[in-house]
Amino acid sequence: MSDVCGSLSRSRAAVRRLCSRAAAEAHHDVIRPAFPPLQSFSEEESMMRDAVKKFAQERIAPFVSKMDEDSVMDADVISALFEQGLMGIEIGAEYGGTGSSFFSSILVIEELAKVDPSVSVLCDIQNTLINTLLMNLGTEEQKQLYLPRLASDTVGSFCLSESESGSDAFSLKTKAEKHKDYYSINGSKMWISNAEHAGVFLVMANAEPAAGYRGITCFIVDRDTDGLHIGRKENKLGLRASSTCPLTFDSMKVHEKNILGKVGHGYKYAIGMLNGGRIGIAAQMLGLAQGCFDHTVPYTRQRMQFGKRIFDFQGMQHQIAHVATQLEAARLLTYNAARLKEAGRSFIKEACMAKYFSAEVAALTASKCIEWMGGVGFTKDYPIEKYYRDCKIGTIYEGTTNIQLSTMAKMIDQEYDG
Amino acid sequence: MHRSSEVKHVASYLNTRGCECFGQPCESHCPVLTDRTIHVQLKTFIKIRVKPDRTGVVTDGVKHSMNPFCEIAVEEAIKLKEKKLVKEVVAVSCGPQQVQETIRTALAMGADRGIHVEVSGKDYETLGPLQVSKIFAALAKKEQADLIILGKQAIDDDCNQTGQMTAALLDWPQGTFASEMTLEADKLKVVREVDGGLETIKIKLPAVVTADLRLNTPRYATLPNIMKAKKKKIANVKPADLGVDVCSRLEVLKVDEPPQRQAGVKVETVDDLVGKLKEAGRV
Repeated sequence: MSDVCGSLSRSRAAVRRLCSRAAAEAHHDVIRPAFPPLQSFSEEESMMRDAVKKFAQERIAPFVSKMDEDSVMDADVISALFEQGLMGIEIGAEYGGTGSSFFSSILVIEELAKVDPSVSVLCDIQNTLINTLLMNLGTEEQKQLYLPRLASDTVGSFCLSESESGSDAFSLKTKAEKHKDYYSINGSKMWISNAEHAGVFLVMANAEPAAGYRGITCFIVDRDTDGLHIGRKENKLGLRASSTCPLTFDSMKVHEKNILGKVGHGYKYAIGMLNGGRIGIAAQMLGLAQGCFDHTVPYTRQRMQFGKRIFDFQGMQHQIAHVATQLEAARLLTYNAARLKEAGRSFIKEACMAKYFSAEVAALTASKCIEWMGGVGFTKDYPIEKYYRDCKIGTIYEGTTNIQLSTMAKMIDQEYDG
Repeated sequence: MHRSSEVKHVASYLNTRGCECFGQPCESHCPVLTDRTIHVQLKTFIKIRVKPDRTGVVTDGVKHSMNPFCEIAVEEAIKLKEKKLVKEVVAVSCGPQQVQETIRTALAMGADRGIHVEVSGKDYETLGPLQVSKIFAALAKKEQADLIILGKQAIDDDCNQTGQMTAALLDWPQGTFASEMTLEADKLKVVREVDGGLETIKIKLPAVVTADLRLNTPRYATLPNIMKAKKKKIANVKPADLGVDVCSRLEVLKVDEPPQRQAGVKVETVDDLVGKLKEAGRV
């Protein structure tokens, strides 16, 4: 892609300039790092991460096990997330949000996932999908109406998938029929996260089926809208505290002023937003893997067999070091994709790589951690088996691994077009 | 000193020395000063190590955070401001560049501005309660503070001296180990936790209060408040500017780890037990 090549040559030129400057400066014994390492954070980002780490340990950790078993997100946990400003991270202070950056959201999602990936996904969807769409596409009126609510007490849900359209998202069948100044929406959605608690739904429906995917339109739908039915949540393997429900739209009336952006442009918005959302999921999987790892290594340092710590056996050491390396690589991919997005540079391929890789690393880490814990890893008395169950969704939602790989391949192909 | 019935501002002294407990209240894991030797108690997941030259403990690379009792002090000050009993809360910390982060945390909790008293290097290593209270007394006069709230003690050195010394230097009354404090006009009612139970005293302002564990539960710095804190000012000051000499009057002779636990001895009969106890001089 010319964009990629352009940015590549621009950065090469930048490095050349810096190198010659560096050479000149070396002459005067000035040592200045040309680029800071990826694990560098602004003071604000560090403070946020530390605050969330502490908050997650004290206000979320005690509830994790019960939420998983009952498959219910504790209402106090959700309100605590709002209180802490975690649900409106990028929303401007003028709308009652936190007014911080995308990278801060990524750090928050990662920290939350170390404690509970279900809570993390609730926060991720709110920030990277719902808030982003409204901030980028909303009219001033829509922003005034919804952003303060999203920042203070209203959970949002994004509704794209249907029973017959997952990866093939744009073949969705939900229709929106225009009548004067409103649309009548009929159809259904599946696998909608946060649906149990959501106060507002962003529904993708086709307003011009004859135009194929170019008719897909994004509607903002309040929970109390007539004709909106929220089905029973799925009984899932993992991420059980996160509600995943089917929705049905029965001649649901939505006023045309509730259209987000332009009619027929919904597909573009979905793709655009999911590119960023991908990095959020990468952060979630990363946090999951790290949290699992952090629970396990101390155990291996305490557990004694054959007169020494199980950590001291070379077989264990090699495995642990290997997983730690994968974790580091996943972290760097995720952070770099986030920084690229913030810098306004092309980031789609990198975002796909981050999501794909982090999900794989999460699965590897969780699996290995159970092995390293031995028998106790297999029981519910220890938190490890939950991470193992939670990680599997990473390769499936917000773009399956196969879709990520195909997208990457397409971009690689274009890079060599010259 | 003239003061109005409304307290002008409250200063909170923050200690950021070597707490390795990530802000969690920890009851018994940090160095305790006894007769010039420091007994270091090891925590299960954070190892405190004595420096090879035995002049102190290793603090390089150890994460420092706000002293838990100081968090409680900051919280109390902010609560007073929220009740509109106090006009301004100033957070103060003495130390090297890193303490700015701690001051920012206090700002994020709701303090209005910060003062960073720069002390670094060798001066910082030997900085103790006496020098700090001198700095603090000087600042209190300069800022015309009406109330100073500190944590009762730092959990790395457990000195429990700064509050008391500051009050003495200023010739102000003190309410230490406060588990409750109420502002009544220009007097402060303080409930103190003492060995015999609870003692209630009434002291006149200006005064010094030191916060004990049960005074309150500190709030989290919410993300929006962290963002707001960026705009709040932190002034830089040197001890010399306040006319304070930070030279230490104490010299640490030696720092040792606690003696290794000795193995126990098993005995067969009660007579054996009594015999052994007598041998060891315990009976």
